[in-house]
Order: sequence, then C-alpha cells, then structure tokens
Amino acid sequence: MDTAVAEEETPQAPATEAFEPTIVAFVCNWCTYTAADLAGTSRLVQRPNVRLVRMMCTGMVDPKYVIKALLGGADAVLISGCHPGDCHYINGNYKARRRVKLLNDILDQFGIDRRRLKLTWVGASEGNEFAETVNDLIEEIRELGPIETRDMMVL
Amino acid sequence: MANRIGVYVCHCGTNIAGKVDCSEVARYAGGLRDVVVSRDYQFMCSDPGQDLIVEDIRSLGLNRVVVASCSPRLHEKTFQKACARAGLNPYMMQHTCIREHCSWVTKDPEEATRKAEHIVAAAVRRVARHQELFSREVGVLPDVMVVGAGIAGIQAALDIAKSGHMVHLIEKGPSIGGHMAQFDKTFPTLDCAACISTPKMVAVSQEPNIHLMTYSEVTEVDGFVGNYKVTVRRKPRYVREDICTGCGTCLEKCPTKVISEFEEGIGMRKAIYRNSPQSVPNTPVIDAEHCLKLTKDKCGACEKFCPTGAIDYTQTESSVTLEVGSIVLATGYDTMDPSPIREYGYGRFDNVYTALQFERLNNAVGPTGGKILLKDGTPPESVAIIHCVGSRDANYHQYCSRVCCMYALKYDHLIKDKVGHSVPIYNFYMDMRCFGKGYEEFYERVQGEGVTFIRGRPAEVLEEDGKLVVVAEDTLLGEIVRVPVDMVILCTAMEPRKDTAEVARVFGVSRSQDGFLLEEHPKLGPVSTATDGVFLAGTCQGPKDIPDAVAHASGGAAQALALAAKGTVSISPTTSYINPDICVGCKVCIDLCAYSAIEFDERRQVSVVNEAMCKGCGSCAGYCPSGAAQIKHFNETQVFNELEGLLMPVKPPAPAPEKIEPQTARRPAAEVVPEEAAPEEAMPESAEPAEAEV
Repeated sequence: MDTAVAEEETPQAPATEAFEPTIVAFVCNWCTYTAADLAGTSRLVQRPNVRLVRMMCTGMVDPKYVIKALLGGADAVLISGCHPGDCHYINGNYKARRRVKLLNDILDQFGIDRRRLKLTWVGASEGNEFAETVNDLIEEIRELGPIETRDMMVL
Repeated sequence: MANRIGVYVCHCGTNIAGKVDCSEVARYAGGLRDVVVSRDYQFMCSDPGQDLIVEDIRSLGLNRVVVASCSPRLHEKTFQKACARAGLNPYMMQHTCIREHCSWVTKDPEEATRKAEHIVAAAVRRVARHQELFSREVGVLPDVMVVGAGIAGIQAALDIAKSGHMVHLIEKGPSIGGHMAQFDKTFPTLDCAACISTPKMVAVSQEPNIHLMTYSEVTEVDGFVGNYKVTVRRKPRYVREDICTGCGTCLEKCPTKVISEFEEGIGMRKAIYRNSPQSVPNTPVIDAEHCLKLTKDKCGACEKFCPTGAIDYTQTESSVTLEVGSIVLATGYDTMDPSPIREYGYGRFDNVYTALQFERLNNAVGPTGGKILLKDGTPPESVAIIHCVGSRDANYHQYCSRVCCMYALKYDHLIKDKVGHSVPIYNFYMDMRCFGKGYEEFYERVQGEGVTFIRGRPAEVLEEDGKLVVVAEDTLLGEIVRVPVDMVILCTAMEPRKDTAEVARVFGVSRSQDGFLLEEHPKLGPVSTATDGVFLAGTCQGPKDIPDAVAHASGGAAQALALAAKGTVSISPTTSYINPDICVGCKVCIDLCAYSAIEFDERRQVSVVNEAMCKGCGSCAGYCPSGAAQIKHFNETQVFNELEGLLMPVKPPAPAPEKIEPQTARRPAAEVVPEEAAPEEAMPESAEPAEAEV
C-alpha cells in the first residue's frame, strides 16, 4: 500500500472552513451509477465530496473495500444499488445488504460509528434521489466530524 | 514491461471545460506515477481526439490509457475501440467520468477541478493494474421471440419473419391486435383501424415463419444474449385450435353473459368468447371463471352444439421452453382508470365515458353497432371532451400521453360526422400538441368544422337537471364557465401495464421514472435495453401513437435481426475467476452464485467457474473468505488502487501559475516524457492540446 494515502486526511478542507468530509461511494453500474449520470444530465448540484467507484453490482463490494476506504482517508462510505427485487444480477443487492449488516458490527470494533457506512437503493431513473442521498449524507457526516479513531488504528 | 500511461482529458466543448480547468487537470495527471503523456483536447470522442490516443500509443509506446470525459456508459466502447485500433488491448484503458459526476453537478470551478483531479488520479492508479482480457465469441440462436402482439409486436414479428428468421410471437390475450383492434378510425387520415390492422393480423397467422402463441405468458427467461431459454406458460383455451373452424355456434348457444373487457365494460360477452369476429386466431376461448361447465359441471351447451367437436373441458395448463437468440418486448400500455379522479364523475354519472369506451361506441362491431349513443339509447345533443385526464398532472402522471390531443380531434370529427354538424362539442384542453405529419392540418380542419376549444383544465363535472355540467376556468378569457352537455369523454392517460414490474423482473430490464420499460439511452438507444439481446418496441417504452409505435417496432426488429444475421456475439470477458492456488474449497461461492456458474472440482478440491454462464456479478468475489474468487477487471488490486488514487491528497494549485513542483516531485526520476511528444503537436485544427508539463 502506498504510504502517502493513509497519512493525510481530508486534504482539500481549507483551514478556515468547517470540516468537509470525504465520502467514497460504491455504486452499481445498472442502477445508481445510471442515476448519478441522470443527476448529472439534469444538472442537480451536489457537493463535490462524494467520489464514485463504479462496480458492476453491489454484490461485488467486498467488505475489505469499505474498510480500506475508511482507513485510507474516507470519512464515510456509501453503498448504493438497485432496489430490492430489481437487481440486474437477480439478488446481488440482497447479498450486499447482509454484508453491510455484518460489517456494521465490525466497524464498531474499529471504533467507527456505523453511520459512516450507508446502504441505499437508488434506481436508474432516480436522479433526484441520488443527488439528495449524496447531499444528505454529506450533511450528516459533516456533523459527525472526522473519524475519531483514525490515528489510533494500526493495520 | 514498465507501465507507460497516457492520460487524455476531454473538454467536451464547454461541458467539462466550462467548470473544470482541463489543462490544469492534465498538468496534474502528467505528474502522476508512470504517466508518460497527458493531454487535454476539446472533443476526445471526435476523430482527431481518438487519433491523439492512437498516435500516442504507436509513437510513445503507451501500454495503458486513461480517458477522462463523459460517463463510460456513453463512450467507453468508443475509446476501447480506439485503443484496439492502435494494437492495445481494449481492457488496458480506463474511461472515467468528469462530466456527469463532476463538471455538471459541481457549482464551484475550483472544487470541480479538484474533484476531477481525484477522479483522474484514481483512474491512473487503477489502470496501472489492468490486465489484458479477451472477449469470447459465442453463437447466436437464429430464432427471435416477440412478446406482445399489438400493432408493435405484429410489426416486429412480420419484419423479422420476412428476413427468413423464425419468430415466436407470444400474446397474453386470446387474440392478437392489441388496443388498435378496439379502435374504429385512426387519426389524422381517418383510415378505418380494422382495414389497416386486420390484414396485418391475418398476415401473422399465415406467415410460416411466425409461430403464434396466444393465451400464453412468458414466466421465465434464462441464459444470455444470443442464447436465451424462455419458458412460456400456455393457458388452457378449452377449445382445440386445430379442429375449431371459428363458426361461432358456441358463442350463440352459451347461456352465460359477462361484462366484456374488450368492450371496456360497456358491452357483454359470453363465457365462451372471442374479441370480435375478426379476431386472429378465430378460435374462441372459454373463460374458466364464468363457464358453468367448468365451475359447476352444468350446461355443456358449447360442447353439445359444436359441429366439429373442438370443445375440450379437460385441457390443462402446459408450458413450453423455447430457445431464442434475442427478445423483442412489445407489451404495450394500459389506459388509466379515471375513477380515482372523483371530480370528473366517471363511474358515478352514466354518460361520462373514457376514451377507449368511446372508441367502442364508434366501432361497427361494438355494443351499439357504431352509433354514438347515450346510455338511454338517444344520440347526444352536446358533448364535452376533457383532455389530459391523468396526464400532465402531478397527482397522477407527470408525462404527456402524446396521443390524446389527436384522438380528441378525431372524436370531434366523428361526432360531427355521425351525430350531426349541429352538435356543439367543447374541448377542454391545456395545450394542443399536434406534432406529427398531417396532425396540424387535421387540427385546422376540425377547427373549421365548428368545434369549440376552451383552454383550461376543468375543475369538476356535475349533474344538474339530468344534464352534465362541466365547470372550468377559461384561462384565455379569465372567466369561470359552466357548460351543460349530454356526454363527457375523458381523454385518459396511457400508463404502464399493471404487470410491468413483473415483466421487468422476468426479462431483467429496468423501468424509468414513469414506470415504463427503460431504454438504453433516451436519444441514441431508444430500442435497446441494458440487457443485451432484449429490445423494446412500441408503448411499453412510453406513450406513442400508431406511426411511432410501428417505427419503433421496426427498429427493434432490425436490432434483433442484426444479432441473428451476424450469427455471433462477443461476450464480455469480465467474468469471475477462482484462483486454484488460493481456493480452500469451502464451496460458499457455489451456493452464492445466482447463475449456477460455479462447480466444484472434486479431484483438485477447488471451485471452478464456468465462464459461459458467469455474468460477472461478483457475488462470489465479494464473499470469498480467502480472496481466491476475483472478478476480472474489478479485482481486488484494481479496486484498492482506485481507492488509493481517489483518496490521494490533491494540493490546491500554488498561487503562482508556474509553481508545479509538488506534482513533478512525485514522478519517478527515470520516467521522463520523451521529447518526441513535442513535434507530435502538429494537431489538426487550431485546438492546441496542452502538453504534459514536466
């Protein structure tokens, strides 16, 4: 792993301003990524804090990715895919749901607030929903502040 | 070989460059590890833009490419092909999006530029770990399935059949023809609907390349593009199609009368019925819910009187499996039930009709034999037509149903023609949308016939002294009007079929916000879906009039044919791979796989992926406790690298424009941009792509 990554947190936050969280979003190609495209085409303004990682399905989001993101400098992780029953791969999103449930317990053990891992369903046509989800999450994490235990973690 | 990465930042005209400082991003990217060249250009997707990549791959020996432009859903293939042209494996390219997810949604240019830098850094990090992948070619089965036999399904099936390919045409109802079979005339030419649609319906039944299955539904779709296995459930007709001559004796003898769906509830049918004498196939069906023989074991009249002995009460549901290369969905629309709009009185007042009911009143084989009559059997002396009922209405459907203005004009004309020119007709409209060929001319013609147009959505329909009264604001006069009439026609919205959710699930397609089936791209992919080999035709995609539905259907047919004619299709290599050196044989992935694509190799005690069946969803990779299962092109190292890039600190630009050491400092000293890059500059046009600053 590149050491440069883990050291610095929220580098773009200007000193004068309030804390600006960095959020990594794992989104599925078929629903939420499409919704994010739609939000873009509809010019729905979002804070720049969310950075997307395109996955083919939320079912392929390995818990390691979430932990890697949180340890690597993200203040929160969003996982978002198709609505239950709509999964392009039959049931990948259900698998993601179980993993997030279990991952929450693991995060507790890392001393990471479970609000920092959010799972949502945003369908391909829900551009508004995507922009709102992103903006709401940023707001929530901004209030939560940076991860308290980051400097204490040894991994 | 060491990585030699080229980064290309697109301006997309001003779409990206209007917010993101593209040359600044390119400069930043030039300082990233292993980046050999980094350019920005006005339109990367254009010919000269792609040539930039091709040239650089050849002359600078790039072995990895990053393109930062629009969404990969739009142009990933374009740039993959450009790489392939230059001899680079297309999977050595990473297309990343700085338009939809960055320039278009970020307010502040400074922030947008920083975000773009993060995105590009992630792509550069990720592409460094890309591996060469090779698509597989698989055969495409020659047969095509069309689901739904309304006018769109019929058109698609006929087009495909004409090419010599076999078509399985599946229809849920007892007869084909769809809603068009319910109409009497069509706008704006006033052709009789039956005169243009029944010959097509007959052509379907006579076409040897069409295998028509009515009263049937698709229950399951398995497989992938080119190789679908479709299970069709056939409901029992209780009438043998092979023997029945369609003489109609059974219809006369059946004693049970029920309300007819085809007549939109204003006519009756028997328990054994067909939609109309022109139905295709002409074989009736027995409605098991109402037939006395089937429910109470009484009657049996139809069997007694059938001259050919075609009635068979013992028929049961059966199912068949068909193998097809592609599927065209033409499942159509429903018209909205206006009962929830209480204020318009539908269902409360006798003479408030929906548009489809009015179509049946006009139809020569409808309940009134084509006469426009009130419920009491007299012709109306005045009529109100209310447009946009349930359409363009935040409470019901926001979209415009596209056909109502025109059929309302058709009704105006038909009423004048059939009942008499003295009958006053009031159209309550919001806007007149007469956009098609000959439509505006038809509007003018109807205006000339003395029809009244009142702009304003009516507030309510009342009953006063045996008359219906439409209360509305005439928004052009700014006055409240109360118009007494005998008959009110509601132009009800076209809406997605009730079972659209089920259809979407079975065929693995998405739905758009309005509930219709979702096309791949609203402008450039209106007939394909996100599922390869599944195409859309007609109103299942959104409201359409007949010409549009037919054109759309021919488009769907052409796409299905293109697949069938080529005979092969290349399958994405981004499947799962289980590393036998790491796999511990826990078998968890086998149960997780929704496609049964993983088997266990008893001899080696490891799980093995069957790539032909794997769709690359990553269920196995997301879980595998030992990390043996990985999705090609989305493997752990690639995602980890992308994350590192995404979270890498991006320094705000130094106040002085020349200060760019932070970037250069990060570069390994050995890798320097070859000087040949400069003469390369001889660019077409005046657009000067900024060269990587080193």
